[in-house]
Amino acid sequence: MQALYAQLLVGLINGSFYALLSLGLAVIFGMLNIINFAHGALYMMGAFCAYFLLNIAGIGYWPALIIAPIVVGIFGMILERTMLQWLTGLDHLYGLLLTFGIALIVQGVFQNYFGSSGLPYAIPDELRGGVNLGFMFLPIYRGWVVIFSLVVCLATWYLIEKTRLGANLRAATENPTLVRAFGINVPRMITLTYGLGVGLAALAGVLSAPINQVRPLMGADLIIVVFAVVVIGGMGSIMGSIITGFALGVIEGLTKYFYPEASNTVVFVLMVLVLLVKPTGLTGRAA
Amino acid sequence: MKHRISALFLGAALTVSAGGALAQDKNIKVGVLTDNSGLYSDLGGAGSTLAAQMAIEDSGLAAKGWKIDLISADHQNKPDIGATIARQWIDVEKVDIFMDVLNSGVALAVNNLVKEKNAIMINTGAATSDLTNAQCSPNTIHWVYDTYMLANSTGQALVKAGGDTWYFLTADYAFGHALERDTTAVVVKSGGKVIGTVKHPLNSSDFSSFLLQAQASKAKIVGMANAGGDTTNTIKQASEFGIVAGGQKLAGLLLFITDVHSLGLKVAQGLSFTETFYWDLNDGTRAFSKRFSERTKNKAQPSMVQAGVYSGLVHYFKTLDAMGGNPHDGAKVVAKMKEAPTDDALFGKGSIRADGRKIHPAYLFEVKKPSESRGPWDYYKLIGTTPADQAFRPLSESACPLVKK
Repeated sequence: MQALYAQLLVGLINGSFYALLSLGLAVIFGMLNIINFAHGALYMMGAFCAYFLLNIAGIGYWPALIIAPIVVGIFGMILERTMLQWLTGLDHLYGLLLTFGIALIVQGVFQNYFGSSGLPYAIPDELRGGVNLGFMFLPIYRGWVVIFSLVVCLATWYLIEKTRLGANLRAATENPTLVRAFGINVPRMITLTYGLGVGLAALAGVLSAPINQVRPLMGADLIIVVFAVVVIGGMGSIMGSIITGFALGVIEGLTKYFYPEASNTVVFVLMVLVLLVKPTGLTGRAA
Repeated sequence: MKHRISALFLGAALTVSAGGALAQDKNIKVGVLTDNSGLYSDLGGAGSTLAAQMAIEDSGLAAKGWKIDLISADHQNKPDIGATIARQWIDVEKVDIFMDVLNSGVALAVNNLVKEKNAIMINTGAATSDLTNAQCSPNTIHWVYDTYMLANSTGQALVKAGGDTWYFLTADYAFGHALERDTTAVVVKSGGKVIGTVKHPLNSSDFSSFLLQAQASKAKIVGMANAGGDTTNTIKQASEFGIVAGGQKLAGLLLFITDVHSLGLKVAQGLSFTETFYWDLNDGTRAFSKRFSERTKNKAQPSMVQAGVYSGLVHYFKTLDAMGGNPHDGAKVVAKMKEAPTDDALFGKGSIRADGRKIHPAYLFEVKKPSESRGPWDYYKLIGTTPADQAFRPLSESACPLVKK
């Protein structure tokens, strides 16, 4: 029984990465209608950015949590301005192919220079060590990851669903022409939104740097699962992807305990089941 | 220069005068089949192709009129892709010899094909000891290391040091299974006990669930029967979950210098494991490694897999040179290679047994503390050596049909 609690908690930790990443994807899909396959590569860039900040500029983990998402977010906005914006109104497939290509190029460049084994990034001193919860030894850093990502997820949800800025944004995706008539700069808003989604990916990258090796392929390994999370949660649904992210982390964690061999397929099995029963995803609305 | 040109002419003249007689065919095609993009690409990958290139340059065969081509491809760690490339290489590209072929799943697939088509594989990357046991072939030489040797050296040393209860974290494919099986045999034989095992998918990024299970088992040794990125992430996360601090010991059954480099000494210090090559062993290894690292992008030292590609090709070229031409008959060339002792600067003197096992000493290393390291890539302390004739599975235990008993 104790082991079960431990697995639930560990699942929640992984779920927080899924939630952060799928949230970014959901924001981008919901607002820009782009299936952002470059998300994994941008997550990886976030981790590398933290690594460079530490090893070249001597800037530690805490500032990196803010700087890396901004830097990578700006990179994302440049991508949006120079390439993605021309795809508005075209079939989803174009955006998917373009971002997939970008992901391959970015990963290839990083792999060319840094190899595949990855680079070390240490846990910040303040978050070292762990606490004995009785049923498991919880590393403090992992606890921090769960709480921090939960806060970020809820803040993003609040921003988009409950504020005036979010309302404008949602309106702009429904009817850009009308919103523009109210004097709102729609293209700039779209660019900033893409930047926000990308920033969330980079933030997840920084959070994961001390846990996993900083590797060029760290995003490629994760992105397929995250896409499954988004599909299960319902494409474009903000709260849906947050809840599904955490829930799937837990389900995956339990699988790792009961039948570890299936732990990397369980998410896809669930995806198939959900698509069969409810093709719009658990919380998605019909298009 | 003048010499080389005249030698080329001489070679050409000889080839022409031989009138295309088979024995005088002086064309060789080397194929490096490896992981160029995935989790094992640092320990094989482009470095293996570079090692092959260096072996070709150092062989001096070009000056004797030989023409050697080198191609390489990425098998993406998928046995079906590896087999498709291998088939095409043999049928269309006329590749004579396959080098590297890391990943045991791919290696076993290519092993069958190479035998069927009478080509050659010098495997320097895959770990499974089946390549020279039940699956042995007259066309395959297993050059650098195998699961039996790793288990025998590291496993035995750890049990002797008091680690008599084991829990395995095993990569769920041919390699992990073989490594777990061979290590279990050694642990049990040395008086230890295996109290549990968990199989994780290849290329996992999160090991916390598995580590918690290992922790709960209270085994003295947590044996990592995985490799590459899987091992480095396991080690890193084990330190986070306080596995070592809690009194359990991590056993890296297969670690490469690239993994240690990637982890950094702070995390990797104190790990002990077995390799058959280290750049800083002697003058010969240092000289080769210096030339090698100068030609890599990030000044990396060669892994034992890459060093094996060089060493294996050196012996292959020597054999062909002595034969006077390339008969394009894999089994025949491999039989010749088994007759002659091997000798190169990297692995020293050795030999190839009837079952295709190349033998040389195995070294038990311990990773240095950061304070002991004198500079980049100065990572290992040698703590034990198993002589060549004891390092690998004895022929008396072999299930290979090529071994006459």
